[in-house]
Amino acid sequence: MANLIEDLKLDEFKEEVLKAYPKKVARKRAKSIVVNDPDAIPVIQANVRTIPGIITQRGCTYAGCKGVVLGPTRDIVNLTHGPIGCGFYSWLTRRNQTRPATADAPNYMTYCFSTDMQDSNIVFGGEEKLKQAIREAHELFHPKGIAIFSTCPVGLIGDDVHRVARHMKEEFPDCNIFGFSCEGYRGVSQSAGHHIANNGLYKNLIGRNDNYKRKYKYAVNVLGEYNIGGDAFVIEELFDKIGVDLIATMSGNSTLEQFESAHTADFSLVMCHRSINYVAEMLETSFGIPWAKANFIGAEATAKTLRKVGEYFGDQELIDRIEKVIEEEMVPVKAAAEKARKKTEGKTAMLFVGGSRAHHYQELFSELGMETLTAGYEFGHRDDYEGRRVIPTIQVDADSRNIEEITVHPDPTRFKPRKTEEELKQLKEAFDIEFNEYKGLMHDMKKGTLAIDDLSHYEMEKLIEMYKPDIFCAGVKEKYVVQKMGIPLKQLHNYDSGGPYAGFAGAANFYRDIEMISCSTIFKQMKAPWEREEYVEAEYVFN
Amino acid sequence: MRKIAIYGKGGIGKSTTTQNTVAGLAEMGKKVMVVGCDPKADSTRLLLHGLAQKTVLDTLRDEGEDIDLDDVMKQGFGNTNCVESGGPEPGVGCAGRGIITSINLLEQLGAYDDDKHLDYVFYDVLGDVVCGGFAMPIRDGKAQEVYIVCSGEMMAMYAANNICKSIAKFGKVGTVRLGGLICNSRKVDNEANMIEEFAKKLGTQMIHFVPRDNMVQHAEINRKTVIDHAPTHAQADEYRALAKKINDNQMFVIPTPLAMQELEDLLIGFGIMN
Repeated sequence: MANLIEDLKLDEFKEEVLKAYPKKVARKRAKSIVVNDPDAIPVIQANVRTIPGIITQRGCTYAGCKGVVLGPTRDIVNLTHGPIGCGFYSWLTRRNQTRPATADAPNYMTYCFSTDMQDSNIVFGGEEKLKQAIREAHELFHPKGIAIFSTCPVGLIGDDVHRVARHMKEEFPDCNIFGFSCEGYRGVSQSAGHHIANNGLYKNLIGRNDNYKRKYKYAVNVLGEYNIGGDAFVIEELFDKIGVDLIATMSGNSTLEQFESAHTADFSLVMCHRSINYVAEMLETSFGIPWAKANFIGAEATAKTLRKVGEYFGDQELIDRIEKVIEEEMVPVKAAAEKARKKTEGKTAMLFVGGSRAHHYQELFSELGMETLTAGYEFGHRDDYEGRRVIPTIQVDADSRNIEEITVHPDPTRFKPRKTEEELKQLKEAFDIEFNEYKGLMHDMKKGTLAIDDLSHYEMEKLIEMYKPDIFCAGVKEKYVVQKMGIPLKQLHNYDSGGPYAGFAGAANFYRDIEMISCSTIFKQMKAPWEREEYVEAEYVFN
Repeated sequence: MRKIAIYGKGGIGKSTTTQNTVAGLAEMGKKVMVVGCDPKADSTRLLLHGLAQKTVLDTLRDEGEDIDLDDVMKQGFGNTNCVESGGPEPGVGCAGRGIITSINLLEQLGAYDDDKHLDYVFYDVLGDVVCGGFAMPIRDGKAQEVYIVCSGEMMAMYAANNICKSIAKFGKVGTVRLGGLICNSRKVDNEANMIEEFAKKLGTQMIHFVPRDNMVQHAEINRKTVIDHAPTHAQADEYRALAKKINDNQMFVIPTPLAMQELEDLLIGFGIMN
């Protein structure tokens, strides 16, 4: 097992795959493919433009803002300003789940709102149509909030969505209306959209409700958890069991009110560092809420995160409750792991998803005794690979300058450090809780494994051809290509019909699903017609 | 039917030159349609004796898709067909896209059909080629001939050179060709010789040198072309001559745009020598 990675000679991949590229492309891609060494983490190129012509996994800025960060909130009308395609294809039909408190509580997630821009709106400007759409949405639903998302043409013709938002807010004072300049072209990937969304959350929502009523003594936020396949439900239940208020999940199963109350929490737990670290930092600067990296993917990781919460509050009663919950929850998880491990032990996985998932899911695979050979993000930055220590050395390029930078200051009345510097230092020394820190993907990957940023489809095919993993994890764009190559693919953007995979219950689900998928021989049995049938060589009828 | 687009730097006199030339062609008995491709919608003012025209895009906005050709096309001097594409108010929307929409609509409404017996279509296009929409008349064979209005001023020549770049680009894949430079004199020193030389370097010709004359201003104030306003004036003959040269023109080329340095050398050469 220990020699598996060595035996596979993953370091040969780079040279082999680069052969097919033109010289300039090869030179650029070479920087994004690195052999890992957790003791001396190498520099990886990330968050740079994809080379035109390469089939990338990435999405656009609009997708990151509307789809990822704001999309999972159920009681804000998310209105796409643009031609219908952008709205339609970002319709969150089943990726993110939500559970309204009562049957008649608002839930707009099943709807798709768009201004359906036409040719004449492009020529004469679409602001009037946008206003009309907002009036219509307000009249139909009376929502507490309407968010406007700009698509590419909106930026090209110069429609000012922010001015329209201000204007409409005057018309409907009971509705919080705000816009996002998240045109698809604004960044190299969806990551730019996350940043823009974070800025918008801070400017338009966070800090507007000081009257949050706590059920328990302590309260936290979970940031960067999007309730894919019901993950947030599991996490909510866990917090209820240990007796800690979960004020805001950003943004899985969330409401506008949760965002508005997020500043009243005592501690922020950051799941997806890439998509939400900006909000975590702003909550700390403005209101004095410390944040730490957390992970609810993997039973051990979940236990560790819960313990972190206990240690942070330093309340023995809470710590005892947490230990009890962990003990109880671990029983079925251990049994499930044991059962699955018999079959999964020693199998190999490759993960290319998101900006945190390629990291988090390695926990679950290692609980199954499976080895992650290669991993990479679609839209991660260098800090997500190498750790936040490299942030000062990351060059700000023209693409990053496209994104508004907001500077926040301590709130004049509500800034209250939840812990003193001294207390934070003690927590670090006693329990190794690292505040404002993410060590990155490569820190947790073995020596000799590969980290690849913005994997292309060609590179993906080459990886499979050379190393034949037992399971490949990516998204729907990769799914059928990989499965046609005889390798099972597990989607980790949404979970198809599976999930939830977070927490203890989720871990057990994952073990079962992965055992089933990776041990299935169906993909190996299936043969393409030209592989299974003898075919007759054609001959000329004349000579 | 010959399809002609007139380009040139903003303010150089494209609309004036186009309409006066069209008046000359109309006098020769040619059937001409003028399509103004400028959101200001002032490309047919002299032919129609005023801004009497409702633009294609305004009509489209007010009436919806269901419009007749008569709603957007008016008869002007010498039975010319006059159309204004129009566009959004300044600072809003996308005028380039507007031109695409309006030319498509004109085609759909049959403005170019055989029953119109057109000898010429003129596109009078705003300013430089600023984006894809404004290049529409020279893309996809909407226009086959381009004439560039310029003068001996540096920026006018620079703009002309830029327009040649886009003609060269579209000419390689399509049918558009440069028919020549029209020098609309600004009384720059040695102007005619310099533009002749410039045209030669571009691989084309200076098709006509239009001298500067106040009569053009007089006619404009009276909302008329010179041929309409003062048919016997010498300036009217200049436009008649230009119209005839265009009518007889056989020289259609893919231009060879100059490098910046070459262009500057040309200016210095002609400027300093005299």
